[in-house]
Amino acid sequence: MNSFSRVIGLWCVMTGVALGQTVHPVGNIFDPQATPAESVYHLSLLVMAVCAAIFFVVAGLLTFTIVRFRRKGNDGHEPAQVYGSNRIEVAWTVIPILIVLVLTMATARVVIALQNKSAPKDALQVTVIGHQWWWEFRYQDLGIVTANELHVPVSTTAKQSPIFLKLESADVAHSFWVPQLSGKTDLIPNRTNTMWIDPRQEGTFLGNCAEYCGMQHANMLLRVIVQSREDFEKWAGGQKTEAAYDSDIQVARAKFLSLSCVNCHSVSGTSASGTFGPDLSHLMSRGTLGSGVIPNTPENLRAWVKDPQVIKPGNLMPNMQLNARELDEVVSYLSSLK
Amino acid sequence: MATTTYADGLEKTEALPVPSKLHEWIVTVDHKRLGIMYIATSLFFFAVAGVLAALMRAQLAFPNGKVLPPEVFNRLFTVHGTTMVFLVGMPFFAGLANYLVPLMIGARDMAFPRLNAFGYWMFLFGGILLYFSYVAGEGLAGHGTAPDVGWFAYAPLTERAFSRGTSTDYWILSIVISGIGSTASAINVIATIMSMRCKGMTLARMPLFVWLMLVVSAMVVMALPPLTAAQMMLLLDRYLGAHFFDTQAGGSAVLWQHFFWLFGHPEVYILMLPGFACASEIIPVFSRKPIFGRAAMIGATVAIGLLAVGVWAHHMFAVGLSSSSNIFFVASTMLVGVPTGIKIFNWLGTMYGGKLRFDTPMLFCVAFLFQFLIAGLTGVMMAAAPFDWQLTDSYFVVAHFHYVLLGGLLFTLFGAIYYWFPKATGRMLNETLGKWHFWLLVVGFHMTFDTLHFAGILGMPRRIYTYAAGRGWEGLNLLASIGVIFQAVAVACLIWNIIRSLRQGAPAGNDPWDAWTLEWATTSPPPEYNFAVEPRVRSSRPLWDLKHPEDPDWKYE
Repeated sequence: MNSFSRVIGLWCVMTGVALGQTVHPVGNIFDPQATPAESVYHLSLLVMAVCAAIFFVVAGLLTFTIVRFRRKGNDGHEPAQVYGSNRIEVAWTVIPILIVLVLTMATARVVIALQNKSAPKDALQVTVIGHQWWWEFRYQDLGIVTANELHVPVSTTAKQSPIFLKLESADVAHSFWVPQLSGKTDLIPNRTNTMWIDPRQEGTFLGNCAEYCGMQHANMLLRVIVQSREDFEKWAGGQKTEAAYDSDIQVARAKFLSLSCVNCHSVSGTSASGTFGPDLSHLMSRGTLGSGVIPNTPENLRAWVKDPQVIKPGNLMPNMQLNARELDEVVSYLSSLK
Repeated sequence: MATTTYADGLEKTEALPVPSKLHEWIVTVDHKRLGIMYIATSLFFFAVAGVLAALMRAQLAFPNGKVLPPEVFNRLFTVHGTTMVFLVGMPFFAGLANYLVPLMIGARDMAFPRLNAFGYWMFLFGGILLYFSYVAGEGLAGHGTAPDVGWFAYAPLTERAFSRGTSTDYWILSIVISGIGSTASAINVIATIMSMRCKGMTLARMPLFVWLMLVVSAMVVMALPPLTAAQMMLLLDRYLGAHFFDTQAGGSAVLWQHFFWLFGHPEVYILMLPGFACASEIIPVFSRKPIFGRAAMIGATVAIGLLAVGVWAHHMFAVGLSSSSNIFFVASTMLVGVPTGIKIFNWLGTMYGGKLRFDTPMLFCVAFLFQFLIAGLTGVMMAAAPFDWQLTDSYFVVAHFHYVLLGGLLFTLFGAIYYWFPKATGRMLNETLGKWHFWLLVVGFHMTFDTLHFAGILGMPRRIYTYAAGRGWEGLNLLASIGVIFQAVAVACLIWNIIRSLRQGAPAGNDPWDAWTLEWATTSPPPEYNFAVEPRVRSSRPLWDLKHPEDPDWKYE
């Protein structure tokens, strides 16, 4: 794992470059790039301003009291015994109630605006399914199934294109969080949640699963790749085609289909139709492997297939104990799935 | 047991052989001994949980940390959280209440001394059971031993399909058993306060500490049943094929969250109010003024207790509840800020115009006021649901609740140790070591938890055993981990101070702080029967009345 992880910092930038993309590795919630994150940001400015004002008043009074009323010397006299004042109590009850009222109303507006927005007819709909420990993305209208890297078109002032996400889970609770695009929403089994994003800037935005979901929660990483409309259409076109089939890797393909890989993975146009693991039909179009844990390079792909437990211990893909020839064949077949 | 008065004025018991001594402690039903046992045990668990936290910070100090494998890390935060809440916070409260409530209301013991002992032993066995899981718990290869489901154990991760073996069962049973102990102790505190007060001690004249303990105990009795019920349902799911939370068979994962937080949020106040109780005794004594707005303080406490049962779903803003339920919980949660604010203002009002003495107990309380103010304000930030969608389950939340429980609760509990240690042992704790303890803890605490707020703002989720470089979290995490060193040294100062002062601390006398409540009227340590003659009080500050016959409190009541 060492050799893989050491380069991760660099790789955050590199994989982006490979895709012709700017990577935004830091999910700063105060640097929003879509309407939901921005509405939250604006609300947060109000809330923080009020909190800061309260802090400075109360902390200032406290500091003043500590400095001013520190006992000087030992005069032995007790200070005046004051038991309270109803007038003051009323004041510091009523003023906070008014502040609470204002904050609650301001918050309610944002809750309603974000939560109750309905999808325009032409909005792109994607079903996001959380799995231990990877993401499945299904574009029903486009007939695309992919994993871990969500491709969406950018919203411009000319063409608003909000993307509506239907959130579900195949096993335990997860949470979808890409801080620069939106706050998080949980993916809960036996329940469908929704959220939406309308990214305004092209680039790759990083996020994480934000609800503890078991052993590899930390490496259930999430990437949203925001592309221009043309690039998105091009990507979608590629994904819609059946998996590549080069005649020169027939042997490797047959080997792959004869192994138990197919119990968990799907490759379109083949007998591989498992649903436990990520769809591999266009594996080579993805920048990362193992839900973002390593960049998708030939060496990494081989290492992953050889023993995924070394790279992401505890993940549900076992070491298949392939011999060197099988490994070569499987990797060469996977490498052909552009 | 024979006692002798020595030259230094202290009464010491004749040395008994160790087994007899131990036997005395094991069979005791004396509220003071049980109080000390509760506090000592919770301090022990505190040290253990602190070590677990330090291990986690070691793993997270650098990106791609190699100190711990993921399954070990996941067990650490589960056991750390469970320990701190159920085996440190709750029993510390029980210990304080046990030791102090009878003394403060002029009683000779708790209402049910044997129930009291029963409560302690249940808590202890519950705690041992949790740690025993490290030895006996089994799970999948590489997933086994101690529970690894997080301290709020969201379904369906806890179901058999995802948590095989027995480690989750250890978690369930240890909490149920220690919960029985907490309930017993809470019922006992309520009964004691209701029926054992000395002559003249009306409810209105009870020390604030006792009032807060009454409210906390009522909250324990209200809040624990949903938790126990949910744990039992989970056990039924796991062993008898019930499907309450088993989503694969049509159960509801969200139901668990409702049950858990219906307990879990009142629990936060159950943990916090004893801190308020200590501050409400210490701040007046070191300001040399009575508490400002006594009635408002009591009212605010009761209000917090009532509001506490109506705010639970603010832990669930990201669950996808309807917008109207979210707004309801925004309003109720923000409203908690009002009585909490009243408390802070009244402590401030108590200090204002006083003559402040900054002995160690007061230092801890002053730091508590600043830190709890910040904790409250970050709480308001998260009460704004959309802001919470960003902040929840991030390191911001981790920082926020450590601000509440460490910066708030723990500071007051440390203050309480310095304040009441002389009463319980007859010896003062060392002030110099106390100040080292205080300042090192302040530095370490802020280094760790101030920085973690920013990690959360930069998108770092909680409960991750590792993170990649390049996401803006490295510096903050390193700083947070360095802070732990300061905190560890600070706690070592406390432990050394306790050990040292037990042997050679300055004799305390009955009333070292010139305080006003009844516990300072008897000897330090108090005799088994507490008071030779039942005290009779005429105001809420009986010792003030004695010390100032020219200007007694009862004239104004």
